[in-house]
Amino acid sequence: MTAKPYINPYLGGTFLGVVLFLAFLLTGGGLGASGAVNRVQVAVLDGIAPAHVDRVPYFADLAGGDRNALDDPSIWMLAGTLLGGLISGLAFGRVRPEIRRGPNVSNATRLVAAFVGGAIMGYGARLARGCTSGQALSGGAVLSVGSWAFMLAVFAGGYLLAHSVRRLWN
Amino acid sequence: MGPFHLTADWGSWVSYLVPLAIGMGFGAALEMSGFGDSRKLAAQFYFKDVTVLKVMFTGIVVAGTLIGLSSAVGLLDFDQIFVNPTYLAPGIVGGLIMGVGFIIGGFCPGTSLVAASTLKIDGILFVLGVATGIFFFGETVASFDGFFHATAMGRFTLPELFGMDAGIVLMGVVAMALFMFRGGEMLEAHFGRGVPARQLRFLPRRPMAWVFGGTLFLIAGAAALIGQPDAERRWDLKAGTLMPRLADRAVLVHPMEVAELTQDTSLYVRVLDLRPERQFNLFHLRNATRVTPQRLRDPEYIKSLKGLPPNTVLFTVSNDDDLAAEGWRLLAAQGIDNAYVVEGGINRWLTLFPPPPCLATPRAGARSVEEPAFVFHRAVGDCCNSAYPEIRHKELPSDCYLSAHPGSAAHSGAGARAPDAPPVPFERKVKLKQRAAARGGCS
Repeated sequence: MTAKPYINPYLGGTFLGVVLFLAFLLTGGGLGASGAVNRVQVAVLDGIAPAHVDRVPYFADLAGGDRNALDDPSIWMLAGTLLGGLISGLAFGRVRPEIRRGPNVSNATRLVAAFVGGAIMGYGARLARGCTSGQALSGGAVLSVGSWAFMLAVFAGGYLLAHSVRRLWN
Repeated sequence: MGPFHLTADWGSWVSYLVPLAIGMGFGAALEMSGFGDSRKLAAQFYFKDVTVLKVMFTGIVVAGTLIGLSSAVGLLDFDQIFVNPTYLAPGIVGGLIMGVGFIIGGFCPGTSLVAASTLKIDGILFVLGVATGIFFFGETVASFDGFFHATAMGRFTLPELFGMDAGIVLMGVVAMALFMFRGGEMLEAHFGRGVPARQLRFLPRRPMAWVFGGTLFLIAGAAALIGQPDAERRWDLKAGTLMPRLADRAVLVHPMEVAELTQDTSLYVRVLDLRPERQFNLFHLRNATRVTPQRLRDPEYIKSLKGLPPNTVLFTVSNDDDLAAEGWRLLAAQGIDNAYVVEGGINRWLTLFPPPPCLATPRAGARSVEEPAFVFHRAVGDCCNSAYPEIRHKELPSDCYLSAHPGSAAHSGAGARAPDAPPVPFERKVKLKQRAAARGGCS
């Protein structure tokens, strides 16, 4: 089955906006992704080295003592995000193991870049107290000053480096 | 009136299903828009495909205008929804770092989840990278804790920054978004499809573009026209839930409990005194500030009250209950949860914790409502035991001692209540309410 084209971005954005509005209306909070990844990460760490988790305040907040880092709404939202992506992917014929990369890089380069980029992103997301979803999208919709400053910074960071790493994508 | 805090009741099946369903909508919206493909995301930074900008800003303005309008018409209480607190410096530095990660890795955390769910191996690696980066952040944050908490501005919104109604700000945001959409489309045509610059025209030809932009403008305009509700309209909207608390006297707290809480070191008790300045100067409770009802309608002042520590308990007080209840009404309407009324006001307070006769004596004859029941012979402010009765210690009869420095010698044992006074029974009513768990998924 060949993949169907993506929907109109304004339609997709409207769908996203309505979901975001419903999130605020039903739960009082917005969307998010990196917070749940943090919780999973801490939960894994808690399984390997519980004493270490108890000693690092940032981790102990989530999984110190007998706290369960996974007992949180954001984990259910994470599961929903994966499920929603999978359902949409199945419906449009886009679920297959593959590597999406620029035409001039090898698969290995792409995978290393993805991991390194992810690590940088994860670090930055915690420093900024939220990722593109939880900070830019959710905070942007409720007109938070910090979220708008953050959003501009993300685009600025990307555009500043884009020329230097153009071989990755072009 | 929303929000409904359906996840606050954690443990029930609704509280699991609601975030699951919201997540599914989120994931599906991202996948359908093409955010599972890193090339499409990275193309944003080379102006070849500005789908990221279109989807993200459409999402922001659609949600933003819907929130603005529903708050204006009273469907949604903006006070009760989570607004990401502003930490300007770490936010900007974190944003710059994320931009770098974005262009190298090709995703952001949310989109990488969707890529992983459709089995894109680069997406899976990115998710593992994010977890690793977060791990390193947790390990290192203690070394720059000062910077991580620097430039904290709390809950701070663009309407507050510009001093404009949210509807007006939203109209500006919509205008900016539409301008960027059209600009982005022109960049796409030029850099992505090679259309020469002189053949590009700014105004779109498609009727749908006008319908789309017009609708967003209309929603924001309607929000601006109606305006965000002021204290009075907010009371009208919430009277159904707040009025019974006043009618049942659930927020009227016995002076004994107030006196006890004042000495509870785990709480921060503040008293807002609504009496005229002259009466306030003659006598007021320790920790009291004089306010007028007008001041309680001032959004700036309300914001400063909301900025007090979360263990703050606010009391309003007047000579009797009436004026203080009006003050409570204004506070509660504007979203201050831990507000109560000193039951019976200063008049009952002074009956329970009588000042020595050399300072004040009961007024003779009948008095009307909200008139002081005691005549003070000199202005004592809060420099007498009645202002801060020492209820825990075995007390000595009070004398005419007037402490020059509040909190020093006044409480060496001399109390306002006589040592042989029988204990006053009262019902405890103050329950410190923590904000419902309205936090972003990134928390």
